[in-house]
Amino acid sequence: MLTILALASVILLGIVPQQSEAIVIYTGWERHALVGSDIRLSCSFFSWRWTSDDVTFSWSYRPDGARDAISVFHYTGGAPYVDNKGPFRDRLEFVGNPGRRDGSILLKNLDYGDNGTFTCDAKNPPDIVGRASSVRLLVFEKVPIQAGVITGSIIGAVLGLLLLIVVIYYLMRFLVARRVFNLSVSKHGKKGKGKEGSQQRQ
Amino acid sequence: MLLILLAVLILHLIILVLLFVSTIANAWTVGGTKNTDLWYSCLTTKGGYHCSSASNEDWIQAVQALMVLSVLFCLFSLVFFMCQLFTLVKGGRFFFTAVFQILASLFVMCGAIIYTVMRPDGEEDAAFGFAYILAWVSFPLCLVSGLIYIVLRKRE
Repeated sequence: MLTILALASVILLGIVPQQSEAIVIYTGWERHALVGSDIRLSCSFFSWRWTSDDVTFSWSYRPDGARDAISVFHYTGGAPYVDNKGPFRDRLEFVGNPGRRDGSILLKNLDYGDNGTFTCDAKNPPDIVGRASSVRLLVFEKVPIQAGVITGSIIGAVLGLLLLIVVIYYLMRFLVARRVFNLSVSKHGKKGKGKEGSQQRQ
Repeated sequence: MLLILLAVLILHLIILVLLFVSTIANAWTVGGTKNTDLWYSCLTTKGGYHCSSASNEDWIQAVQALMVLSVLFCLFSLVFFMCQLFTLVKGGRFFFTAVFQILASLFVMCGAIIYTVMRPDGEEDAAFGFAYILAWVSFPLCLVSGLIYIVLRKRE
């Protein structure tokens, strides 16, 4: 009965993806960077198919407040094509590895005008149905501490201290229990005989 | 004896609920259509409720951490109280419970003080909300509860 159920589920799982394959693209959610620094925007995808030779990666950029996006990078037919006319001319570099499904780009010498949303779209023929993923770039003069970092570290430090105190307490109790024999023997005058005395007692 | 025990337990539960509500409710500063801190900054308009994360500043994160820690320590002291009820020798005092309860009250006090001092003023009609008041109310209750646990002795 169980084997029939297992076989049926394997067959069903084998059939269903053929009809509803979709490529899933992963980028970050938000990236923070300092003015003048470089940043690597990563993009990778998951697909049920093997990575084909016709895999394409495509990055587009929409500045904050603008309505339209412009295309700044395209990888197709095995060759990357970087922006040579737009805002990232000479500042964009392809550092991904399409064979490993990595379509990351490197932006150099960031400026405040680079604030905006970067969208990565990847296609792995015949697996082309998917939703593009966006990462927001925020350029700061001084990177602020992210929300929750201090909160988490204070809570972690106090709980860690609590744990440490509990461990030390039990350790002390354990050590004192072993030294009890030494203490009672030293009453007779010889401190050095501590361990022998305890062994004799045992 | 049973009555005292029940009263102490009910007090402890009330304190736990007050601390929890104070930490969770987003109403440390209210004013008109806006309510802020401890976690979100929300604005009620005709179109609905618009929230964004509370500011990232260090002091708000410290207040968040202290309030969460106070809730945790109050919970720990409740657990220890239950434990010590059954494992304590006759005539023993509830020291562990008392220590955690007093620490919880200190954390609430520190959190409320930091918030009071560091809150930016100069905003029109910004008054202290109910969550802030609950925090200040639960601090003396928690301290008193901790002291009661120091004085309480286990019988039979």
